[in-house]
Amino acid sequence: MSETVSKTGRWIDWANPTRFLSFAGIILPWLGALTLIVLAIGLWMSMQAPDDYQQGATVKIMFIHVPFAWLSMMCYSIMTIAALGTLVWRHPLADVSARAAAPIGAVFTALALITGSLWGKPMWGTWWVWDARLTSVFVLFLMYLGIIALTRAMDDPAKSAKATAILTLVGFINIPIIKFSVDWWNTLHQPASVLRMGGSTIDGSLLRPLLVMAIGFTLLFFTLHMMAMRNEIRRRRIVSMRRVAARNADRRPSQ
Amino acid sequence: MSNHAGFIIAAYGVSLIALAVLICWILIDQRLQNRALQELESRGVRRRSDSKGAQS
Amino acid sequence: MGALFVREVRLGLRSGAGVLVGVLFFLAVIAVVPFGVGPDLKLLARIGAAMLWIGALLATLLGLDRLFQADRDDGSLDLLIMASERHLLALTVLVKCLAHWTVSVLPLVIASPLLGLFMNMEPAAIGATSLTLLVGTPAITLIGAVGAAVAVSLPRGGLLVSVIVLPLTVPVLIFGVSASYGAVEDPAPFLAPFLILAAITLFFAVLGPVAAAAALKSSAD
Repeated sequence: MSETVSKTGRWIDWANPTRFLSFAGIILPWLGALTLIVLAIGLWMSMQAPDDYQQGATVKIMFIHVPFAWLSMMCYSIMTIAALGTLVWRHPLADVSARAAAPIGAVFTALALITGSLWGKPMWGTWWVWDARLTSVFVLFLMYLGIIALTRAMDDPAKSAKATAILTLVGFINIPIIKFSVDWWNTLHQPASVLRMGGSTIDGSLLRPLLVMAIGFTLLFFTLHMMAMRNEIRRRRIVSMRRVAARNADRRPSQ
Repeated sequence: MSNHAGFIIAAYGVSLIALAVLICWILIDQRLQNRALQELESRGVRRRSDSKGAQS
Repeated sequence: MGALFVREVRLGLRSGAGVLVGVLFFLAVIAVVPFGVGPDLKLLARIGAAMLWIGALLATLLGLDRLFQADRDDGSLDLLIMASERHLLALTVLVKCLAHWTVSVLPLVIASPLLGLFMNMEPAAIGATSLTLLVGTPAITLIGAVGAAVAVSLPRGGLLVSVIVLPLTVPVLIFGVSASYGAVEDPAPFLAPFLILAAITLFFAVLGPVAAAAALKSSAD
């Protein structure tokens, strides 16, 4: 590993893919185990949680829907930070992080939409309802798909890194605008009969399982993200190793 | 509210399946990459920086 | 910059077919709406503003890959990027966007009153819709410039550009339609969404070219 990198301190050591791989190898089993434990506790607490007097047992869907929605936004924020890492600091792992995070974030976003829909049917009577939150998450989902399509369309990681980073950043700047416009649109077109999802008025017996599930799924995200980053680093190494092998196959006779 | 149990089960079920698929995809990808790496290394292919002694 | 604008406009007009395709697509979308929803005049009037906006949005998105593709094919894109020492590349992109809008999108705006008649819209609605289109479609072009720049090196980038850009243009659509309806419906405001629409256009007049310039530069090396 290059000495110039490790001179600048432990923070930069993360920039070294080899270091990252060994770091990941050490921490992943623990992270995975912790994820399983927290999720198990959360699920148990969710099962134990009382029924909401308005929504009945379907409030249990909230325990997975809200963490999914929260994670979909957190993942995009991580991708935005990674985008800044690529463009501003030229961090070598930033693009790997972004590429690995996108499909995971897309899955969580899709799950947020699906669980939201399944929650909406008993609550609002229709499978899909164009309320401000679901619509914003839907637009976010479309943005995820666009980013994934773009990264897969370009072969050369070096070029796709910057393009994806710029798109992610523009998307991130757009998110408040989109949220604002969807809120506007929603208040115009729907009478105010939107269910309050509680927020700070939510009761402790419902809030605690929700928080535990949120933490559990966040840990799950980081576990999966690290695993996916590891895969991506290895994938790139394989590509460059194959190139080296192809070059050497020309030069020397194989023995 | 018992008729809503179907929705709850469906919500949890879909989430479980989707997450399981995601985890499996990552695990399978991991196995593929490891196998390809092992195959390349057994053929004697080295990374350029490996000459300096860094091995993952 | 003025010379660049004139050049772009001339090139755009010369390719003729490309310009016309946008207007024809717009016409096609509006034309099939009655076939789809039925000839109920009141219904058509009700959805008229929205359909005009949707048609204009789609037609604009379709034409976006013409923004940089021709230049890339004949190599002048590289020249423009290299000239970024003397002329800010973002400014160049802005001029290209304005020229592209003038040639490809302005015809849509001009055609919209006629198509509004097809949708049985009342004069106030037609006027408001055309005005919002005039102010809002530059935003679509400017946002689209980012998508076009990001996908310029891809062989079949055209469709991908539309997919990438579409979610980002949702606010433009929302406020454009909202302003159009606000002009005819009493309690609904017109000025507020219209001003927000104008603000979005101005905002993306800065962000779009800057991001597109960065993307073009990164794809060049």
